[in-house]
Amino acid sequence: MYAIKVRQFRKRYGDLEAVRGIQFEVEPGELFGIIGPDGAGKTTLLRALCTLLLPDDGEILINGLNTRHHVADIRQIIGYMPQRFSLYQDLTVEQNLNFFADLFQVPEDERRARLEQLYRFSRLGPFKKRAAGALSGGMKQKLALSCALIHTPDILILDEPTFGVDPVSRQEFWDILRDIQRQGTTIVVSTAYMEEADLCDRVMLFHQGRILALDQPSALKAQYRFPLYRIEADHLPEMQTYFAGLSGVRFIQRFGDSLHVSFTREPGDDLWQTARDQGLQRFERIAPSIEDIFMDLTTREEHESVEH
Amino acid sequence: MNISVQTRNLTRRFGRFTAVDRVTLDVYEGEIFGFLGANGAGKTTLIRMLTGLLKPTEGEAQVAGFDVWGQSEAIKRRIGYMSQRFSLYEDLTAEENLTFYGGIYGLRRDQIEQRKAILFEHVGLQPFAGQMTRDLPLGFKQRLALACALLHDPPIVFLDEPTSGVDPKARRSFWNLIYQTAQLGKTLFVTTHFMDEAEYCHRVGIMHMGRMIAVGPPGQLKRQYDKSTMQEVFIALHQSSEEAA
Amino acid sequence: MNASLKRVVAIARKEFLHIIHDPRSLVVIFVLPIFQLTMFGYALNMEIKNVDLAVLDYSRSPISWQLVQTFEGSPFFHVQYFDGQPDELERLFLQRKARAALIIHPDFGRDFHRQPATPVQLIIDAVDPNAATLIRNYSLQVIAEFNRRFGGEIRLPFDVEKAIWFNPDLKSAYFFVPGLLALILIMLCTLLTSVTITREKEMGTMEQILVSPVKPREIIIGKVIPYIVISMTIGVLILSIGIVLFGVPFRGSYVLLALFSSIYIITALSMGLMISTIARTQQVAMMMAQIATLLPTIILSGFIFPLSSMPRPLQWVSNIIPAKYYLKIVRGIMLKGNTFSQLIEPAGVLLVMTLLLFLIARRRFSMHLEG
Repeated sequence: MYAIKVRQFRKRYGDLEAVRGIQFEVEPGELFGIIGPDGAGKTTLLRALCTLLLPDDGEILINGLNTRHHVADIRQIIGYMPQRFSLYQDLTVEQNLNFFADLFQVPEDERRARLEQLYRFSRLGPFKKRAAGALSGGMKQKLALSCALIHTPDILILDEPTFGVDPVSRQEFWDILRDIQRQGTTIVVSTAYMEEADLCDRVMLFHQGRILALDQPSALKAQYRFPLYRIEADHLPEMQTYFAGLSGVRFIQRFGDSLHVSFTREPGDDLWQTARDQGLQRFERIAPSIEDIFMDLTTREEHESVEH
Repeated sequence: MNISVQTRNLTRRFGRFTAVDRVTLDVYEGEIFGFLGANGAGKTTLIRMLTGLLKPTEGEAQVAGFDVWGQSEAIKRRIGYMSQRFSLYEDLTAEENLTFYGGIYGLRRDQIEQRKAILFEHVGLQPFAGQMTRDLPLGFKQRLALACALLHDPPIVFLDEPTSGVDPKARRSFWNLIYQTAQLGKTLFVTTHFMDEAEYCHRVGIMHMGRMIAVGPPGQLKRQYDKSTMQEVFIALHQSSEEAA
Repeated sequence: MNASLKRVVAIARKEFLHIIHDPRSLVVIFVLPIFQLTMFGYALNMEIKNVDLAVLDYSRSPISWQLVQTFEGSPFFHVQYFDGQPDELERLFLQRKARAALIIHPDFGRDFHRQPATPVQLIIDAVDPNAATLIRNYSLQVIAEFNRRFGGEIRLPFDVEKAIWFNPDLKSAYFFVPGLLALILIMLCTLLTSVTITREKEMGTMEQILVSPVKPREIIIGKVIPYIVISMTIGVLILSIGIVLFGVPFRGSYVLLALFSSIYIITALSMGLMISTIARTQQVAMMMAQIATLLPTIILSGFIFPLSSMPRPLQWVSNIIPAKYYLKIVRGIMLKGNTFSQLIEPAGVLLVMTLLLFLIARRRFSMHLEG
């Protein structure tokens, strides 16, 4: 049985179709990423997964239970961390945790051990008595995560948990997610940071309420057939003009002190030789990033929609 | 190349806490310089001193040729600022937003009209001039926010997480716009803690506990620390300076 | 304890923590009613003291002197003798040197012992009709006392109306303390609860607790409990001040008042809850709570303006004002010493209102985040 099964799910807000009839499944125990920019429909989808929104069309099954009919049962088996920090800022770390433990009726005899465990992995133990509002961004995220985990849910749903968190705390947060996954929890996490895709088992690239692609990050990258090169030169704008004039160049993107150039087929040595005469300093073949793939897929989608 | 911003041992303390610790930096005209750092690393305090909002405790800094100690008003007129959550009025049209910013910078009517025409061209917003700002797609709001920051033709512009959350296509085209802006000779400062945004900067400065622990082009830093992404560079630097401290 | 009760307790405990963590608001919650009560108490004071009374004593007899002394002895009047013609009195009134005049006829001394009823004339400045009525009533009191002491019978050119039963001293505190109790309780309770749910919506915390197994009615009940406690405390505070500071009597049963007050408090809390399910922001909720409570209670509950003299449509509207029924209860218990069976009707109406409001709030409180 799938941990999550989504069939023809559709959600509208007035004229806006936030999610346009998508389907996918999440395997038990996997770390599943939903990657897409702001406004892609990530939050709508996640809220629907945890029964906060009902589908206009289609259905969502959580551990085989339909979100339309088993609201209470599903809420017992999922942990949800909303996008905005949504804990009580005036309550202390400990009071927040106890409140959610009460709400989810974590039995007294299990509670102590559970709290200890959560303090240990979140390293919030020393801050028990501090008001949640006075924690740093990274610590707030860890507290929110702890609250979502208080009842040891089977499925953890996180909406952009690393938004606005600095790189170091971000790294730490993902390490914690891996730990939780090892204990058998299924995790669905959304993010607008393309590079976080590499940290998931499988990712769904999500754009304007549609699925662009769904696979393992490495498989997605393997599908990208176009050679991609990173190029450094004395004078980048001139180099950019030079490559723009060549046939077989798909796109050129400036990246600070370098250019990324994508070719339709592997360029020959003669091309590099002429480029050197134009001031090319160094070039190297690089693997595409998830951002490159996302770009490619959205561009292709637009071309197709123009053709049809 | 002309120096646009120069600091020498720039320091700011709040009580016993040193928010910015002896930062020495030269940034050149036409450069896109990224400030990277965790929350509380000192980015915000440094930017506030460079924009004339906060006096330093020690050290020196010149911004666009003016001294932060005594000429903060002159500095304010020569900088533009674009915040993360673009300070646009959603219920005004794109054009009305621009006119408003022209007004608060004290531009004359004809100057505003002239700059508006140039900027609409520059950021590619002509077809949307009369549209309500709230109806613009995110990518275009960003362009409008940049246009507002550039309206009074400042030589230096500060951008705070300018492309967080937008889709990759809009992000890349916005960065192309930033490169074009830099080619006009403007200096652009970008503060961010998105490492993928940092990859777009000409040079980045990584801050930790108030100190500038590394400065250089992203490509060079990646080679130097033998990492494939700025994220990894950042974490490696962070760890080594934690151990040192 | 069953699961549902445990969750209610969890919500209530958390709500208490919010209150404790914000001591400034707590102080405001308690100080405000005291402030309002004393302010209203003195501003709304309908008693008039030291009314300047011009006395034209043409009788100049020992008994007329006694009459004037009785007026002088009352705290309501300040007596000034006036020698002159009655038509010159008008000037006194115009100059505000007198607000009332007592004219004692030359034959008063003789007639007092002969006639069954001896007239004296009382002229009252009626620019302020309320004050005029009060002055007339005070005079009646003074004269009644005089008659008791001297066995005579002075007739004023007014009919002696029936006595004012439950407020023999004509103290306005007796009216405004119950009225303020009703007003402050409904304002505060509605405001507090209307803000509590909208705050969670605004902060995004509602999203987090909605994904737990907690049921809407558990959230609602849990949230209301702390405010019942606070409101009851405030009620006791207002009553104590009323009794101690303003000398309002308490003739009925404290237990009965506590019982009926809790119904009224829950009515107000339910109204706040209903508002909080409609309003999206705390600001809107606060405004709605104000509009729903302040003016309707002041104007349409019979607190200050008698309902019987209002136009019919307003009288109908007054039937949906909870304070109208609560006023009947409080005045009934405090001033008349009414018993349970005498107040079953207004209490019943309040109970029905509460149930209705609560059901609407419960219906509108969605388990989902729609819209």
